Amino acid sequence: MNQPIEPAAPKRGPRLAVVVGALCFIGFVALLSYGVLQSGRGDREALPSPLIGKPAPQFSLPLLHEPGRNVSAKDLAGAPYVLNVWGSWCPECRVEHPVLTRFALSKRVRVVGYNLKDEPEDALRWLEQFGNPYMLVLADRDGRAAIDWGIYGAPETFLVDARGIVRWKHVGALDDAVIDGQLVPLLRKLEAGR
Amino acid sequence: MSRAARWLPACLLAFALLLPAARHAQAQVVDDPAPLQFHDEAEEARFQALTHELRCVMCQNQSLADSNAQIAHDLRREVLDLMRQGKSDDEIVAFLVQRYGEFVRYKPAMEPATWLLWFGPALLLLGGGVLVARIVRARGRREVPVPGEDQEW
Amino acid sequence: MQALPELGQVALVLALLVALLQAALPLAGAQRGNAAWIAVARPAAYVQLLLVAGAFAVLTTAFVAQDFSVRYVAENSNSLLPLVYRYTAVWGAHEGSQLLWALILAGWTAAVARFSRSLPDEVVARVLGVMGLVSIGFLSFLIFTSNPFARLLPAVAEGRDLNPLLQDPGMIAHPPILYLGYVGFVVPFAFAVAALVDGRMDARWLRWTRPWTNIAWGFLTCGIAIGSWWAYYELGWGGWWFWDPVENASFMPWLAGAALLHSQAATEKRGSFRGWTVLLAIAAFSLSLLGTFLVRSGVLTSVHAFAADPARGLFILVFLAIVIGGSLLLYALRAPRFEPGAPFATSSRETLLLANNLLLVCACGMVLLGTLYPLLADALDLGKISVGPPYFGFLFVLLMAPLVLLLPFGPLTKWQRETASRPLAMLAPWLALALVLGAVAYFFAPQGPWKTAAGVAASAWVALGTLRFVWTRVRGSGRAFTAEMLGMVLAHAGIAVFLVGALLVEAQQSQRELAMKPGQTVELGGYAFRFEGVDEARGPNYLSDRGHVQVLRDGEPLVLLHPEKRAYASGGQVMTEAGIHAGPFADVYVALGEPLGAADDPDRAAGAWAVRVHVKPFVRWIWLGAALMALGGFVAATDRRFRRRVAERAGVAGEAA
Repeated sequence: MNQPIEPAAPKRGPRLAVVVGALCFIGFVALLSYGVLQSGRGDREALPSPLIGKPAPQFSLPLLHEPGRNVSAKDLAGAPYVLNVWGSWCPECRVEHPVLTRFALSKRVRVVGYNLKDEPEDALRWLEQFGNPYMLVLADRDGRAAIDWGIYGAPETFLVDARGIVRWKHVGALDDAVIDGQLVPLLRKLEAGR
Repeated sequence: MSRAARWLPACLLAFALLLPAARHAQAQVVDDPAPLQFHDEAEEARFQALTHELRCVMCQNQSLADSNAQIAHDLRREVLDLMRQGKSDDEIVAFLVQRYGEFVRYKPAMEPATWLLWFGPALLLLGGGVLVARIVRARGRREVPVPGEDQEW
Repeated sequence: MQALPELGQVALVLALLVALLQAALPLAGAQRGNAAWIAVARPAAYVQLLLVAGAFAVLTTAFVAQDFSVRYVAENSNSLLPLVYRYTAVWGAHEGSQLLWALILAGWTAAVARFSRSLPDEVVARVLGVMGLVSIGFLSFLIFTSNPFARLLPAVAEGRDLNPLLQDPGMIAHPPILYLGYVGFVVPFAFAVAALVDGRMDARWLRWTRPWTNIAWGFLTCGIAIGSWWAYYELGWGGWWFWDPVENASFMPWLAGAALLHSQAATEKRGSFRGWTVLLAIAAFSLSLLGTFLVRSGVLTSVHAFAADPARGLFILVFLAIVIGGSLLLYALRAPRFEPGAPFATSSRETLLLANNLLLVCACGMVLLGTLYPLLADALDLGKISVGPPYFGFLFVLLMAPLVLLLPFGPLTKWQRETASRPLAMLAPWLALALVLGAVAYFFAPQGPWKTAAGVAASAWVALGTLRFVWTRVRGSGRAFTAEMLGMVLAHAGIAVFLVGALLVEAQQSQRELAMKPGQTVELGGYAFRFEGVDEARGPNYLSDRGHVQVLRDGEPLVLLHPEKRAYASGGQVMTEAGIHAGPFADVYVALGEPLGAADDPDRAAGAWAVRVHVKPFVRWIWLGAALMALGGFVAATDRRFRRRVAERAGVAGEAA
């Protein structure tokens, strides 16, 4: 079955398709390279906090050591503070504890503990065993207030400035690299800005 | 290896609850594992639909409805509370997005950042449709014989 | 025996050398017309299979003998692991499954070497040469970044254990069958690239590729279906598809492969769409490679993904870029040289096939976009977003709806030119009947009326339309019903069955989670579930809390189910085993939650547990439909037209050389 050969298609169409195709392919490979290079990063899975730059959530929680007394966000305003979320059931919190204690002892900034979903006896026993670096410890037994902070596990650490705005969040155990590389410089910047 | 270490707190958090009764001697997260009670079928259906569209913030790709993680339990309880407070579905989703970010929605919000996502397939279909139409017209321009009845299938 | 793992390593290195020969000599020989070099292709393929199979056998021996001095064995096995799972643990994690990939690739290569007598030697040389190039990539990847035979010294006394999720019959079947499909697309790919290198695509040679494509696609269909069924009964939440990135990674080649099958039919029979067929062949295999990359590189988050390593990810990415970029470049340069096919009118089967391919390709593109979008958003600093079932499910249904509507018209429409009224007249009454059935379903549905109506109407339309074709064939002038047609009928019927399952289970399923004390009964979906308590049981490598739930229908006992919560000895991981009763029209599914009440609570002493019960109507039809589709693919591959010698076909009307 013979049919006349079709006249050559105009060159412009295919050429454009090739160029577009090549650009898409290059973009595609670039995207995947980005993905591969990022996958090695330790905090890849951590969720960025939407609270950064916004006021800290209003809360009123009892103290672990004085269950009758409640502390609210307003009580903590006036100076910046670091809020460290922990629990006696959390093994990573044990790992970061010495680092956190060292940092708290340097008296650089107030370190407030946030005890998440713990029985008071277990929490108190844990602090007795490993030391209490916190200025005070808030007790959130049912985890309801933690939802307002966007907390989803432990350990997590927040930095709230003097005006009560959340400035930084770290998910996972703290180590010296994070403290010296991120927390301290940010504190310095906040103090300079005032 | 590092991946496992990162997930250690998460895994232990998730699994701590699932240990059988005999092991309650070790420290456990405070939780009431009783299942949520619904007032009626309509409430349950709405709850299921809502929690299936939300993502467990800590798991490796599971919906809020299916996850056994501690935070998923807590967030489900929260969603039910909000439903009973009279909040609409949009308000409940907005509540969670305010606290956990867009990550918590399985249905991406319609905003400039996601226009490509939502309209891309339609554009692809449109573009492809135009291409197909041009091919069909070009091929049809040549003389097309009428096929016989015994055309091979 | 001690040095056996090192022998495995040596076998892999030798296989790489053989692959180098298999690629270099035949490809160069085909260019130059050197018969001796061309003749290297087939023997090289057989030797490669022997070597890779040998390496695989060595790894299997290490697992069965529990040689914990091999790191991969130590990480994925345990002295308590039952024998059958020691065999399947070979492909339980990255290195071993990659070796399985290489083995299956070597298998397909040897099969091509064996069953290509009807093709000219230089065509076979090119095809095997391209397959050799792919083998080089995978064997290098194994040897340099993912050595399954690496030693762990000093050897540990006890292994870490195979992930309990994988200690399951599903693990026996799912990866090998899935890989047979995934990897099988290398055959049409190699053929397409060989045709591009040659500068022409002879429709007669394309006929040779079709059964391979059908068989690979059939295996991929089976593999995906088994994966879905396994997730359903193993993960404990009763879902069968989650549009998870790893699931999508296998679904994209499936969609491209389906488009490829149809395009190949048009090219073989009418000489049309040569360029599209080649492009789809490249796309299908590229998506297979992309799938391998996504799953192993750590780029995406998923419960299925293998633990990753950026170095490995980068290696596969480079390989991917070379293979895909190279073949696309070749396509851009050479495809315009292909002869155009026969002309066709607007109303013709060619147009319908173009529409079919367009819709399948758009669906594939949509899945790719949604899967990669979170990564794109992260790269462009737009924040962390999630794309899940509400996106994928919604758009997939939108794109497949026109395809389902057009499906029955395809087989009834003639090639080249068709009067539109003819197939319309043949099918109109059946469309009406389908709509009526849908309306009936709407009124009778206990819940979810719209989805039920849509499922019934769509499925009836596809089934009736396909049967109309069968009737036309059988009635018309006693012409033969070929295997190819039977395959098509089975596959399209499979789609109808699948539609019933997928849409009706979503519309009609019901579930409840509640606290139950022994003796309590709950009713759901026409069934009654009586909780009869939980006791302890012991498995080979786990301790379990075993529940007893009596299921009744209309007051009559139907089955006693045993949902379990297993604590595995090695890692302390706890797994939920659902108790499932499979029925032709509904599944009954029970899972245990947690024991209720604190230590001193009367509830705990009474043995109260949180229990989840589901009723899932028509869920088995999903996998039955998939099985029919796969069967259709296999049956179509047996058609005699594919086995006819090439010489006989020369000169037959309708051939475009």
